[in-house]
Amino acid sequence: MTETPHDITLTLNGTPRRLSVPARRLLSDAIRHDARLTGTHVGCEHGVCGACTVLVDGQPMRSCLMFAVSADGAEITTTEGCTTATGGLGPVQQAFRDCHALQCGFCTPGFITTITAFLETNPDPTEDEAREAIGGNLCRCTGYQNIVAAVLRAAQIQREQSQLQGEQGQPA
Amino acid sequence: MKPAPFDYHRPGSVAEAVETLAATGGKVLAGGQSLVPIMSMRLAAPVALVDINRLPGLSEIEVDGGRVRIGALVRHRQLEQHEAAYAANPLLRRALSQVAHPTIRNRGTTVGSLVHADPAAEMPAVLALLDGSVGVVGKTAGERTIAAADFFVGPLESALQSDDLAVTATFPTPPAGTGSSWIELARRHGDYAMVGVGALVRLVDGAVESARVSLISVGLTPVVVEVTETCAGAPYDRVDWQAAQDAIVAAIEPEGDIHASAQYREHLARVLSARALQQALDDGAAKEAA
Amino acid sequence: MTTKLFGQRVPRVEDPRLVSGQGRYLDDLGHDALAVAFVRSPHAHARITDIDVTAALDVDGLVAIYTYDDLDGRMAEPLPLLIPHPTLTQGRTPYPLANGEVNHVGEAIAMVVATDRYVAEDAAGLIEVSYDFLPPVVGVEAAREAVDLVHEDVPGNVAATYMQETGDAAATIAAAALRARLQLSIERSASMPMEGKGVHARWDDDDKSLLVNTSTQTSTSVRQAIAAKLSLPVDRVEVVTPDVGGGFGVKIMHPWPEEVLVPWAAIRLGAPVKWVEDRREHFISSAHERGQLHEVEFGYDEDGVLLGLSVEFWHDHGAYTPYGLIVPIITSTQLLGPYKPRAYRVEFHSLYTNTVIVTPYRGAGRPQGCFVMERVMDYIARDLDLDRAVVRERNFIQPDEMPYDHGLIFQDGRPLIYDSGDFPASMAMLKSLVGWDEFVAQRDAARREGRRVGIGLACYVEGTGVGPYEGGHVRVETDGTVVVSTGLTTQGQGHQTMLAQIVGDELGVPVDRVRVTTGDTRRFKYAVGTFASRTAVMSGSAVALTARKVRAKALRIAADALEASVDDLEIVDGRVQVKGSPSAQIDLSTVAVLSNPLRYAFDDAARRATQFAGRADPTKPPVDPGDEPGLEGTDYYSPTQSTFANGMHAVIVETDPETAEIKILRYCVVHDCGTVINPMIVEGQVHGGVAQGVGGALYERMEYDASGQLVNASFMDFLMPYASEVPSIEIDHLQTPSPLNPLGVKGAGEAGVIPGSAAIASAIEDAEGFPITAMPISPSELFALRAEHPAPSRRAP
Repeated sequence: MTETPHDITLTLNGTPRRLSVPARRLLSDAIRHDARLTGTHVGCEHGVCGACTVLVDGQPMRSCLMFAVSADGAEITTTEGCTTATGGLGPVQQAFRDCHALQCGFCTPGFITTITAFLETNPDPTEDEAREAIGGNLCRCTGYQNIVAAVLRAAQIQREQSQLQGEQGQPA
Repeated sequence: MKPAPFDYHRPGSVAEAVETLAATGGKVLAGGQSLVPIMSMRLAAPVALVDINRLPGLSEIEVDGGRVRIGALVRHRQLEQHEAAYAANPLLRRALSQVAHPTIRNRGTTVGSLVHADPAAEMPAVLALLDGSVGVVGKTAGERTIAAADFFVGPLESALQSDDLAVTATFPTPPAGTGSSWIELARRHGDYAMVGVGALVRLVDGAVESARVSLISVGLTPVVVEVTETCAGAPYDRVDWQAAQDAIVAAIEPEGDIHASAQYREHLARVLSARALQQALDDGAAKEAA
Repeated sequence: MTTKLFGQRVPRVEDPRLVSGQGRYLDDLGHDALAVAFVRSPHAHARITDIDVTAALDVDGLVAIYTYDDLDGRMAEPLPLLIPHPTLTQGRTPYPLANGEVNHVGEAIAMVVATDRYVAEDAAGLIEVSYDFLPPVVGVEAAREAVDLVHEDVPGNVAATYMQETGDAAATIAAAALRARLQLSIERSASMPMEGKGVHARWDDDDKSLLVNTSTQTSTSVRQAIAAKLSLPVDRVEVVTPDVGGGFGVKIMHPWPEEVLVPWAAIRLGAPVKWVEDRREHFISSAHERGQLHEVEFGYDEDGVLLGLSVEFWHDHGAYTPYGLIVPIITSTQLLGPYKPRAYRVEFHSLYTNTVIVTPYRGAGRPQGCFVMERVMDYIARDLDLDRAVVRERNFIQPDEMPYDHGLIFQDGRPLIYDSGDFPASMAMLKSLVGWDEFVAQRDAARREGRRVGIGLACYVEGTGVGPYEGGHVRVETDGTVVVSTGLTTQGQGHQTMLAQIVGDELGVPVDRVRVTTGDTRRFKYAVGTFASRTAVMSGSAVALTARKVRAKALRIAADALEASVDDLEIVDGRVQVKGSPSAQIDLSTVAVLSNPLRYAFDDAARRATQFAGRADPTKPPVDPGDEPGLEGTDYYSPTQSTFANGMHAVIVETDPETAEIKILRYCVVHDCGTVINPMIVEGQVHGGVAQGVGGALYERMEYDASGQLVNASFMDFLMPYASEVPSIEIDHLQTPSPLNPLGVKGAGEAGVIPGSAAIASAIEDAEGFPITAMPISPSELFALRAEHPAPSRRAP
């Protein structure tokens, strides 16, 4: 059989992208192979590991558990979009480096997106809250300890940045 | 692990959705958090998917004196964080917080979880415990309400027909003086529970008026056990749950799997039931005191 | 040399790329390549009677289907037996595609190539394979009974039996005042990296050359294997390892069937071909490890000194033995840990089963050996009512006994000789870190509250930095960049940072001037691979030796240019300068220019090295005999033996008296990997290892049913720990430098995982009061054990 392509638009890290995909194309594959943003990784394709987590309209979701066609029109943020406006490391990314919160880096993009969204709603988490926030993402390298530290460090970086912006009279 | 091909439909109304289901023999795609993985493993290969994610009017949470009613597109996380729903019925949040992980709850729908009818899932047991119901629109059977007691037919089997769309779920608010609790034990945080227990205990004038529990992972469907007879009239600070535990254990039929033996599940059902009942009792007592 | 980088917590140079989505893992390459899916056996043991591809041929987008009958030349032969051993008399390896028989669920039968993976899976699903069923052999006990055979020509299912003995164990045990026997077992787990395997191959028909990317722990050996299998000249094959999403051992096994089949298909089809392993494939067709059953007999005296130890064990090797006997050999030798029984005998039987093959997973046989030895120590302590730490201390090899020769042959075929370590000091450090001596009071207080807590400990020694060799190449470019390459590969250990620290110190340049490449055969042809915690020891030493050569050359050229003596020069911040007179200086980049006498000034910097620049001595050739142009060098490090790291873990657990849940309250580690290059990276390795140890002790196991189906082949049911299951880890370091290498380092990669099951079993035993003899242990199993040991009969530990 020949599959009918569906024309969809995904706004990927702020840039609208028109894609033509078969109905069964997983959102993870559409992001990676159709839009060629390969920062989002696929670790299990059954929704358990969290490596493929992206923000869909601001909410962390498993991109391997969605069909791209069903996400038509959505705003999607991947780890490539978690940088600063000028392309430098964003607060969560910087915190991961500061705290040695990654080793092989394969699961990292799913953590970065998850934590970015978490800090939006909880900018000053406790260590327990930080650990709970990453509770749905598997990492086989780090033992999580430094990722927990990175959540707290990212919150600190964000607070310092917004304080600095406040002092300089810029919009936070 | 890639799904087999299917035809994709995105109806604009409930009526159109039901027509499409009937015409194609397809499956409903809502949150997809249970459906997509089994499709990727090719354990399911529906010929068509009817994507209801854009249907209007199904994302509402209504809370009034007697119930919390949710539309078919209300995500677990949305209901979990809904303050009015929590105020009316704290059990919803308590159980929802144990449904997988937040990322799954951001996409997965509560009604979808009910329709999936997994005997290890939390929300079917909650609906059953509360004597709730599911609102259905069907091509063949028309529009109707199915009580929880009739809805969960077997493992992964609900009373829905292939051309039915579940559009709402209604969780009745327990009467005043009722405390509630949800306790479960999983291998890892966020996994399906080896055993989970929801409990409702109603206190009147400092004594137990009624008590019931609903258990997961110990039978083919959620198992609701009425234990009022074992403890009614007991003063709230001197309730012995032994008889209730015996009644509960008699009502369940746990099976062993790679995570827990049948004996262990039975033991957990006994232990967790007492803990859940006591927590519900304390919750009720706190409410009565307040 | 300056020492500003060595020993520092230098942030990783790898990270900016990886955190921002700029990594390049295998599936990030070749978006337009043809995709591969496999038909894999759904049965554990069967003869293939027919493969019918008819229905699959109609699938739009199908490119090719291959079965065994299509394989030609050496592709039609079994895959290599990588590490032959004289006792492995019945070694068996699979064919790239099943040749008439399948021996485990997941064995590849047909290879489907299509325009994308979705379509390839569609076609694979339409291929019908007919089977005659054979009885499956599952588990050590069934293999040992040998009622049925995995390979009909292998009697008793025994691939190998291997015995080593030092002293007369039987006589020593018989003569001992006290004797005991234990049966101890460990279940299978697996490396389970977050990224599965994957291969991408491009054939250049004009150049008649092959470029293969594979997610491997050894690119050089994969290259040799592909060239051999495909009958290509080795110089027409290059293997490049992209970023690798974790290995933990499973990717040191090679060549996987797919690593030869994908290039083979790419040549036949004249198009790039890619296979990316999915998670289910990884579960059923990669490798597992750990499954062993041990029978232990030992004799000891009333002071708790272990006199004689005899261990016989049965190793579940799965369907084939491509990696030889490495895992059981490591168990049999590393079991001894920091102890010195007067006599030791060990015999193992490597058994075939109709399950996935067994090859090393982080720790590689050591967790099983550690579990056995530490259970023995705990038994002796319990029997004599002695403190468990005291029993261990009485059996330790003492620092003044180093080097200590056990009289056994290790996994590298060389004598098992410990080079360094101070076990009493490590134990003292651990007791202080965890509060060992205070714990009894805490435990008793908790018991009075109805809580069950227990403490456990375990010690291990790990042979690291296994040979035969590694090499390094260092070149200073004319822009001052230092380019380093080493042949082994990297899977997230921070090798680029660690090696940059070493080279940066030797050449006096900052880390950000050093660019390190690993696992690219275009850059470095001779290497072994990444396993056995060997990179810092082997490649670290190799690049240090190489950088010293390059430094010497730089100083020689600079001395000439500055008209100074070599002995008066130093390199600071990328400049060679006269000590005490920093105004007399020359940039390392300029030295690089001068190192290469030129005819053509291709850029401004090059002008200084051209023939009319006026520097050359016309009486000498531009390049001296024995010298080479360029500021670069290559060197190798090849030690006579492994270097032995060690460590000790203590863990405090609480078990729920009602639900039998097991919770880790504290986890403490004392770790001795010699000189530490980057403490941040070493601690990260320990954290990750401990997490895998916790997983192996409490959560992970491969659950086969009697028919040979792996019933938990998903992340839903194979329970790798989340953050909620892994405790915070407290670490202290003891640094006893290795005398064997120029840096004094010992390996650190695997250590964290080794004593997990041993220490946690010890703690649960302490909390519960009855022996724990099998790991992992789940709440359900602890509940069952409690039923076997009713409270009144439990002895207080």
